[in-house]
Amino acid sequence: MHVEVRGLNKRFGEFQAVSNVEFTIGKGQLIGLLGPSGGGKTSILRMLAGLESPDSGDILFHGRKVNGLPPQERGIGFVFQNYALFKHMTVAQNIAFGLEVKKWPKAKIKERIAELVELTGLVGFEKRYPHQLSGGQRQRVAFARALAPEPQLLLLDEPFAAIDAKIRHELRSWLREMIDRLGITSIFVTHDQDEAIEVADQIMIINKGRLEQKGTPREIYQDPQTPFVASFIGESTLIEDIGQLRGFADAAALGGTKGLVRPEYVEVGRANEFALLSATETGTVSHIHFRGSEWLVEVKIGDIKLTTYRSLEKPALHPGEEVHVLVHRAYLFNETDSWVTENRLKVDPLPVHI
Amino acid sequence: MRKLWISATYVIFALLLGAPIVRIATGAWADGWSGFASGITRPEAQHALLMTGMIVVIVTVINTLFGVMLALYLVRAPWLGKQLRRVLNSIVDLPFAVSPVIGGLMIVLLLGPDTVIGSLLSRSGIDIVYALPGMVIATLFVTFPLIIREVMPVLQEIGDQQEEAAQMLGAYPWTIFWRVTWPSIQWSVVYGVVLTVARTLGEFGAVLVVSGNILFRTQTATTLVYQDVENFNLTAANAVALVLAAGSVALLLFMEWAKSRRAR
Repeated sequence: MHVEVRGLNKRFGEFQAVSNVEFTIGKGQLIGLLGPSGGGKTSILRMLAGLESPDSGDILFHGRKVNGLPPQERGIGFVFQNYALFKHMTVAQNIAFGLEVKKWPKAKIKERIAELVELTGLVGFEKRYPHQLSGGQRQRVAFARALAPEPQLLLLDEPFAAIDAKIRHELRSWLREMIDRLGITSIFVTHDQDEAIEVADQIMIINKGRLEQKGTPREIYQDPQTPFVASFIGESTLIEDIGQLRGFADAAALGGTKGLVRPEYVEVGRANEFALLSATETGTVSHIHFRGSEWLVEVKIGDIKLTTYRSLEKPALHPGEEVHVLVHRAYLFNETDSWVTENRLKVDPLPVHI
Repeated sequence: MRKLWISATYVIFALLLGAPIVRIATGAWADGWSGFASGITRPEAQHALLMTGMIVVIVTVINTLFGVMLALYLVRAPWLGKQLRRVLNSIVDLPFAVSPVIGGLMIVLLLGPDTVIGSLLSRSGIDIVYALPGMVIATLFVTFPLIIREVMPVLQEIGDQQEEAAQMLGAYPWTIFWRVTWPSIQWSVVYGVVLTVARTLGEFGAVLVVSGNILFRTQTATTLVYQDVENFNLTAANAVALVLAAGSVALLLFMEWAKSRRAR
């Protein structure tokens, strides 16, 4: 389903939950609504579903305005955060509910249940009640129930929040695969950026009720449009006075410029590990943390604290050790503008050709 | 020491609950089977039991219907506004706080033959006070909170997500109530109904004030027992009391069963 939203606003009392949100979603896309808790993601989802009515703005499905349409008539599948399974019904009865309400013939209902049970890998569990299932199984029942009446749009509210970490990974890729196979337009809400980056075709970053940026995970990651997006995605360190860092002196010329540096922009090591020492700063290792596949290193340059990763293959560093730090790039912003800058000194100022 | 406390508890339990029932049972049989039989088959006892039965049926039906509806509105109607809901919520408990006799008196003062409403109604041929409608209203007042207080916590606990899910699947309110909400609250409603029936069977104060205790017209089983005791007609009083007690015990057993079903 093609979804378009124009100038969406919603207040709850004094609290502006959603302000002036606009976006379009193409058919068959999987969209992640990502942002901090209480940022208005769920309100947007509920307005799309018709469970909440917007104060102003339009919602269009296939170019047709649906503001006045009750949720029953919108043809949307909704997966709730805590699944909201009918607890007095078996798995099969849960899946059948939407079909019975729509007065499908009995034989067709039976067929559809079998199909969905197969699709969601719940064969053999049809007669179980929700309290007899694990979290992951409940999630899949909720998914099957929402899909049963063949909706054109699937909305998922924090679909993996209540599931433990290991199963969450499995379910994520399962969901991605399922949605690809069905080709159904889907929007899911999450506050977990790994989840959004891993699963979604496009991410919409929502903060304080506003849409900060919409783009592919790669665009969001590499080309953040607002300071909020830059600081929210990845594990950024905010540097108040970016001019202090070697290679970014130009930035200081513009007043009030701050910088964000991600761990992957930073390299630490001993002098012999760098080709161009003039671009590096010297710092002190303040902490190192073992992360299984790599070291997480915290370094201090003057009063600036940076974090970065270091391969286990390289010589180990120790707290208190003097090291060289190369900052490859930084995301810079001031009150009016934001941009990404490479380290100016990384390019050899006096190349010697032999 | 502990044994002493345990036996003391049992003794008090037996004295408070066991002894009266035994006393009623033996009292009812003081003149043998014929005494008991004549106690409950005399016309005034038959009429009183019939009155009690009618009140039980009417009150239970009205209270169940409106109790469930009010519970739903108090829990699920954000359009009522927080303040209003809080006020309504505390008003529901009023009958618990007010003595039934006072409740009955309020009805007499509001709808009695000397009041504006009462005289208007009696002129059009409807008697409220000293007639069945008044007794029903008095009993409704006393039993009003019972079902609401049973159903509300359950509604709050299950939340409205299942109902929203049903809505997204295309179900409209009537279907949602019967297929999603009702199965979750049905045993609480049954429990509330049992409490209502038990309370209605035993209600005395409010009914006495409102009914005027008129023989063959507004006398109920409890007020008949009261009158029999006043008239030193003890065997007959015990016989009717035993019927009431047996009804209550049966209800309590049923309630235990309903409770075990609800726990599932």
